Amino acid sequence: MSGFTSVVVQTAQLSLRAGGGALVGLIFFLAVVTVIPFGVGPDLNLLARIGPAILWIGALLASLLGLDRLFGGDRDDGALDLLIVSGQPLTLIVLARAIGHWLATGLPIVIAAPLLGLLLNLEPLALAAMTLTLLAGSPALTLIGTVGAALTAGLARGGVMIAVLVLPFTVPVMIFGVSAVNGAIADPDPFIAPLLILCAFTLGAGVLGPVAGAAALRLALD
Amino acid sequence: MPTTEPTAEPAGEAVSEPAVKPTIIGQLANPTRFLGLTEALLPWLISLAAACLAVGLYLAFFVAPADYQQGDSVRIMFIHVPAAWLAMFCYSLMALAALGTLVWRHPLADVAAKAAAPIGATFTLLALLTGSIWGKPMWGTWWVWDARLTSVLVLFIMYLGLIALWRSFDDPGRAGRVAAILTLVGFINIPIIKFSVEWWNTLHQPASVMRLDGPTIHPTMLWPLLVMAAGFTLAFVALHLGAMRAEIFRRRVRTAQILIAQRRAPARAPVAAPVVTGSR
Repeated sequence: MSGFTSVVVQTAQLSLRAGGGALVGLIFFLAVVTVIPFGVGPDLNLLARIGPAILWIGALLASLLGLDRLFGGDRDDGALDLLIVSGQPLTLIVLARAIGHWLATGLPIVIAAPLLGLLLNLEPLALAAMTLTLLAGSPALTLIGTVGAALTAGLARGGVMIAVLVLPFTVPVMIFGVSAVNGAIADPDPFIAPLLILCAFTLGAGVLGPVAGAAALRLALD
Repeated sequence: MPTTEPTAEPAGEAVSEPAVKPTIIGQLANPTRFLGLTEALLPWLISLAAACLAVGLYLAFFVAPADYQQGDSVRIMFIHVPAAWLAMFCYSLMALAALGTLVWRHPLADVAAKAAAPIGATFTLLALLTGSIWGKPMWGTWWVWDARLTSVLVLFIMYLGLIALWRSFDDPGRAGRVAAILTLVGFINIPIIKFSVEWWNTLHQPASVMRLDGPTIHPTMLWPLLVMAAGFTLAFVALHLGAMRAEIFRRRVRTAQILIAQRRAPARAPVAAPVVTGSR
C-alpha cells in the first residue's frame, strides 16, 4: 500500500511543479468565470441566479484541462510501461493517479470556488453549498476524465479528444451539482437528495473509472 | 499512406485459419466465410428491406388516418419512431460487439462495432431532425430541452466521440479494443444520463411540454408503424453487413499495402525483425 501513497504523492507533486499544469487549471477556472459576465452582462441578480451554473461549468472545463498529462508524460518517458510491469495492480495505480491529480487540480478549484462565487454575487449559504457540492462532485469529474485520459494514452495528441469523449459522461454530475446548489437557495427544491446522488456518482466513478482506465491502458499500449 | 508501421503484423485478422470451435458464431470468425455468407444473403436482405419500407410507406401515407389533433403531420412519426428505436438498438449492438471484442476476442466483433457506429449516428441524427421538423408545427419551436430530446442529443455526441476515437488510431485492432472499452462505459452510463436528464427537466420546467405518450396508439396507426420498424431494422442489418464487408476489404487492402511497403524497403528489415508478433 505504500506504493499507492507514493504514486498519489508523486502525481500531485509532478502536477504542482513547474510545467505540471495544476496552476494553469486554476487560472483557467478564474478566466472562464471572469469571461461569462462579459457575455451575459453585469446584472448582479442574473449573475446570482446563474452563478452556480457558471462555477460548475468553469470547474468542469478546468478539470478537463490537465488530463492529457495524466498518462501522456509517463508514456513518453516509458514510466507507464514500468508501472504496468511493476506487478502492482494497475487498477490501484490508476486510482492513485486520479487521486493525486484531483489533489493537485480539483482541490484548488474547490477552495477557490467560494472566492469566485463572491464575484458572482452568491449569498453565503449558496457559497457553502457550492463548495460542498464541488467537494462531493469534482472527484467524479476527475475519475471520469481518467478513463478518457487512459483511452487516449496511446495517442500522440489526445488533448481535445479527451474533452470530446469525456463531456457527455459528465452531464449527470453537472445536473446534480447545479440542482443541489439551487436546492440550497430556493426553498421547495431538495438539497440533500441531489448531494447524496452526487456522492454516489463519485463512489461509482471511483469503481468504474479505475477498472475501465486500467483496461484501456493495457490495451492502448500493448 | 502505406508508410511507417514497421511492426504491423500481417495476419491482422484474416490470413491464418485458426482452430475454430464449431459453433455458428465461431464459424463466422473466419472473415472469408463471413464474406461468402453475406454475399449470398445481402441481395435478399436488401430486397426484403425495400419491400418492407415500400409497404410501410404506402400504409403510412395512404392507409393510416390523420390524427384528429395533429392532422397529417403525425405521419412523420412513422419515420421518427423507428429511427429513434434503431438509434438505441444500434448502440446496444455495439455494446454487445464490444463484449465480443474484449471477452470472447471474436475477430469480427470490432469490425461489427466500427461499422455500426456511423450507421447508428445517422439514425440518431435522423431521429433528431425528424423530431425537430415534427416539433415545429406541434410545439411551435424547432427544439425543446425536453428530457427525451436531450438524452438523444447526448447519445449522438457519444456516437461522434466513438467515431473520432476510432479514426485517431492507426492500428485498427488497437482502435477496436480501445473503442470497445468506451462503448461499454457508455452503455453503463446511458441509463444514468437518461435518469439525470429526466430529473433535471422535471426540476426546471414541470410538465409544460406536451406529452407524446397521450392516448394509446390506435391499431390503424400501430400496424404501419410496426411495418416501418421492421423495414428500418432490415435496412439497418443490410447496411451494417455491407459496411462490415467494406471494412474487412479495407483492412485487407491495408495489410497488403503494408506488406508491399515492407518488401520495397528491405533496409528496414532489421527494425521489423526483433518485434515478436506476440499479440497475447
